[in-house]
Order: sequence, then C-alpha cells, then structure tokens
Amino acid sequence: MPKVWRRESKPHKFCPGCGHPLLLKALGEAVDDLGWQGRVIFGCDIGCSLLAWDFFDLDSVQTHHGRTIPVLVGLKRVRPDLVTVAYMGDGGAYAIGAHHLISAASRDEAVCTLVVNNAVYAMTGGQMAPTTLPGQKTETTPFGRDPAWTGLPLKGAEMVAAVSAPGAYVARGTVANLRQLKRYLIRALQNPHFSLVEVLSSCPTNWRTNAAETWEWIEKVMPQHYPLGELKDGGSEETET
Amino acid sequence: MQPVIEGTRRAFLTGNEVVAWAALAAGAEVMYGYPITPQNEIMHHWSRLAARYGRKFLQTEDELSAGYATLGAVLGGVKAFTATAGPGHVLMQEPLAMAEMMALPIVVVITQRGGPSTATVIYSQQEVNMACFGGNGEGFRLVYSVDGLQELFNYTLKAFGMAWRYRLPVFVLGDGYQAKMRGAVTLYDPATAGVETGEAKPLLGGPGVPGKERPPAHLRNTYNLEEELLAVLQEKAAFFDALSERVAEHEQEAAPGAKVLLVAHGIVASAARAAGRRWRQRGEAVGFFRPITLRPFPARALVRAAEGAAAVLVAESAYGQLERLVRTALYGSQVPIYPYQRPGMGITPEELEEEVGKLLAGRDLARAAEG
Repeated sequence: MPKVWRRESKPHKFCPGCGHPLLLKALGEAVDDLGWQGRVIFGCDIGCSLLAWDFFDLDSVQTHHGRTIPVLVGLKRVRPDLVTVAYMGDGGAYAIGAHHLISAASRDEAVCTLVVNNAVYAMTGGQMAPTTLPGQKTETTPFGRDPAWTGLPLKGAEMVAAVSAPGAYVARGTVANLRQLKRYLIRALQNPHFSLVEVLSSCPTNWRTNAAETWEWIEKVMPQHYPLGELKDGGSEETET
Repeated sequence: MQPVIEGTRRAFLTGNEVVAWAALAAGAEVMYGYPITPQNEIMHHWSRLAARYGRKFLQTEDELSAGYATLGAVLGGVKAFTATAGPGHVLMQEPLAMAEMMALPIVVVITQRGGPSTATVIYSQQEVNMACFGGNGEGFRLVYSVDGLQELFNYTLKAFGMAWRYRLPVFVLGDGYQAKMRGAVTLYDPATAGVETGEAKPLLGGPGVPGKERPPAHLRNTYNLEEELLAVLQEKAAFFDALSERVAEHEQEAAPGAKVLLVAHGIVASAARAAGRRWRQRGEAVGFFRPITLRPFPARALVRAAEGAAAVLVAESAYGQLERLVRTALYGSQVPIYPYQRPGMGITPEELEEEVGKLLAGRDLARAAEG
C-alpha cells in the first residue's frame, strides 16, 4: 500500500473490478517517490471520482461536477508552492467541464489533470459518456451508440495536446499497465506547466462484463480508439523540484 | 502590510471604482472575474490597482470558473473576491452553493441589471431572490444591499470582515446605477478606522505534512446518507439563526409611530428616504424603513417599525422580490401592504411622494385609521 494512502479510509468504496483504485495506487506511489505528501493538494470531481475524497493523507477538496480544474486554478495561482492534482472522470473533464479544461490548458495553468476514461457515466448508473465507443450499449444508448446521432467518441487527450500551451505534458495511460502509468504520473506531477494524463479504466458494473471480458475490453478494445503513449512533452527540459 | 490608503482621502469615483478600492484596502489578494455589464469597471480598475499594489487578477472563461477559482483562492488562505450581474449571477450561484455548504468565505459584488434573461445592461433590483436564496440551498449567506457610493466602500470592506470572521459567503448587492454613477467618497484605511476586514487562514495546504504532523484536511460537499446531511444542515441552520440576530442591519426614520411606513432597499431607499422627509416637513407621519441586510432580513426591527402604522408601502425596482421578504417578516400583523413595483426601472422621490399621497388621501387608509 502506498505510504500516502490513508489507512483509516480503507477498504475503499469503489466497486470490485473498478479501475479507480489501480490509478489511485499508481498516483500514491508517484507521490511517495517524489516525497511530496506535504505539497500535493488532491481535488476531486463529482461521479465516482468523489469516492476518493478521503482516500489519501493529502489535503483534499471535493467540488461540483466538472469544476475541479477552476477550483485548483484559483488555488494554484495564489499558492504556487502547492502541487495541485485534479482528479476527474471523462464526463467532468470532456463534457460538463470541457471549457474549463480547454481554457486551463491554453492558459498553461500548472494543474496536473487526471482523467479517468471508462467510456461511461458510472456513478449515475451507466449513461453514455463523451468517450463511449461506437456501438457500445449504455442506459441512454440501449441499442448501442450510433455515431450518426450522438457523434464519435471524444479524443480528449488529442484535443488537449492540440490546444495546450507549448510546455504542456499530455499522455494516455491505462490501468492495465501500472508501471507505464506511474511513469506518466510522475512526469505530469513534475511538469511546472499544464499536464493531462488520461487513463483508460474499467467499469465492470456498468459494462456488465465478467473479469475476462473486462480485461479484454481494457487491454484490447479501448486502445484501438484511444492510442496509448505520450502525446506531448513540451516542458521536458523543466522539472518541478 | 502597508495600508493602501493613509488615513482618509476624499475622492471622486464611480461605484465600480469604489469597489476596487475597497477590496484593495480590505487586503484582497486576487480577483477572478468574467466580463459582464454593468460590472466590468470593477475588473478594469482592479487590474490596474493590482499591478500597482502587487495583487492578482485573472480573467476566467466564465462566471462558473470565476466563482470556483475564488473558492480555490480562499481555500489557499488568501482574501479573494469576484463580481458579476444578471445572467452571470445565475452561473455564479453554482459555486455559491458550494461556498454555502462548505462555509467558504468569498465576497461577491453584484451590480444588478435588468432581468429575466439578458434583459437590460442598465439597472434593476431583480437579483434579490437569487442573492438571498439562489442555488440549491437554504440561503446561509449574508447579503448587504447598499445605498450609495460611500456604502459601497463601507460594506465591501465589511463583507471581507464578516466572510472571514463567520466563514460564509457574503454578497454586496449593488446595481447598475450605483456601479456607473460618479460622486464624492471618503476612502479610509480600515485598520485605522477600526473596521474589521478579516484574517485569512488556509483551509488547504496549511503548515505541516498531512497524515504525519497533522490530520489531513478532507473537505467535501457530498454526503452518503440523509441522516448525515440532516445533522450537518441542522448545525448550519442553528449557527445561521444565532448569527442572524447579531448581524441583521437596518436603517429607519420616524418609525415606529408612522401612519404610512415606506419600505425600500438599495438605491430605491434614497428615494424613499427623501419622500418620507418631504411628507414629514408637511406634518404627515410618514416613516421610512430600509433593510440593509436582505439576508438575514431584519424582521423584528421591521415589525417594531411598523407598529401602529396604517399602511406599509413597499417600493422596489422588481416585481415583488422585496415585498415577499416584507410580507414574511410582517406575517401576523394586520397592517395592509401596498406594493409599488417598477421592475428594471429607477424610482424617484417624486413618484413615491405621490404614492404616499394617494395612500394618505385614500379610503383604505381612512378605514384602517378608524380601526
């Protein structure tokens, strides 16, 4: 267990098979490795991400749906000594809070943004997300997402890579490869500019998949639509210490 | 910190400039804002003052962001404020609900404009409901309705003090007329004048390593169970009710004892005050009552002021937003309440003089006086 995990709030509240705890483990290890327990402020959104509000021995704040980025922008601008982590889902980042994401990326706000992409609105019961794949069944696309009616999945990381300031760091990792993910997270935390790590994650509860199907989806299907890797590392010469 | 105003200084300023000076004198470190008329010059003036006095300004992508960023700043332990109006105020209510729930000390200046919707950029008193009870909440906030440029300065200073002392969101409710009018104001250093402007403390990122040297700050506005939420809200309600008696403010003239009591807030109070004085000069017992805090509303004071009155005339540049507060406060009293409503329009002393005249001459009043 990462040292920065708060033991009093474990076992955690996520569903069995959920990808969140894997990402939160990688994040915990990244914070441990950097020795930044006294510096990192953990901000979380609405949706399943809010279940992490007391996950760490880190000062944490939970806000409204899509608004984690502006809260941390407001904080970081007046407290540059802190390292701010915005932890949110694909709905918060790419739908209801998309304009905050774009504006923060283009203004080069030094907020480390982590987006959990599980292709579904999970907490509210499995509706279509901006990231839902074509043909994927959800509660609001019960016959499968029809791109002619609801568009194609939003490629948030590619969008941010295109609109962010030159120093931004943008990567897409997966909970299926924690070693790579942790590397991306450390780089994102250290980047003194805007950072975004989109993380492909699992939701067997709403996908209605068994363990083998869940893993098949996250390892094989999702990366076909969402290629993994570092999309931008403009600030690679600069490192927050 | 070196005071930005040494002693006192007379200045000839617009209301929006006054707000910027007051926030500066109160020690605000940052303003986050988004353009909307008639608030804009607060940002214009602040961004110039900020450069001169080492403060910060950021133009955000919308009022949601401005409000939430202001919350972020106060979480970090600095005094911060924003300003908006009309449709921007609608958006601002979302972060305000979070401030209400989490007891976050932000200051919001509202320069009311016409509504509903985009309406006019000029003036109204139609944002009373929203300032007092906006958002999905219970109205755990302070709302000061100011009347004139000097009060804009005084109450903006005070708003910071109250926000940080009692840990809740505070509104300074102005309007487009007061924002744009220019006049003589006395600026002063709040510390010298003994005006409390609050002491900012970090709610996140304070000294010590969380989990090692101190417990982590885990701030949330979400609860799992009805019982959990109820307990939180009962505590907040008890705190707010106890606070209400201490912080409710009003102004009155020739009341109780008035035959007709004029009630108005904000800049309409200037007209009501003048109309009352003119009638009193003619020997008529016309009183004046003005709630300064609309939330909490000075209900007891109004009940006392209306004792023995034959009529209460409620004047406002809105369609009954003040009247509803007055009716709630006077519930159980037999005094008839007459509304004078001009939504989105200014109200002059002459208009109110005439309205009072009608009441004094009217059958209703004669009947009421006969008992």
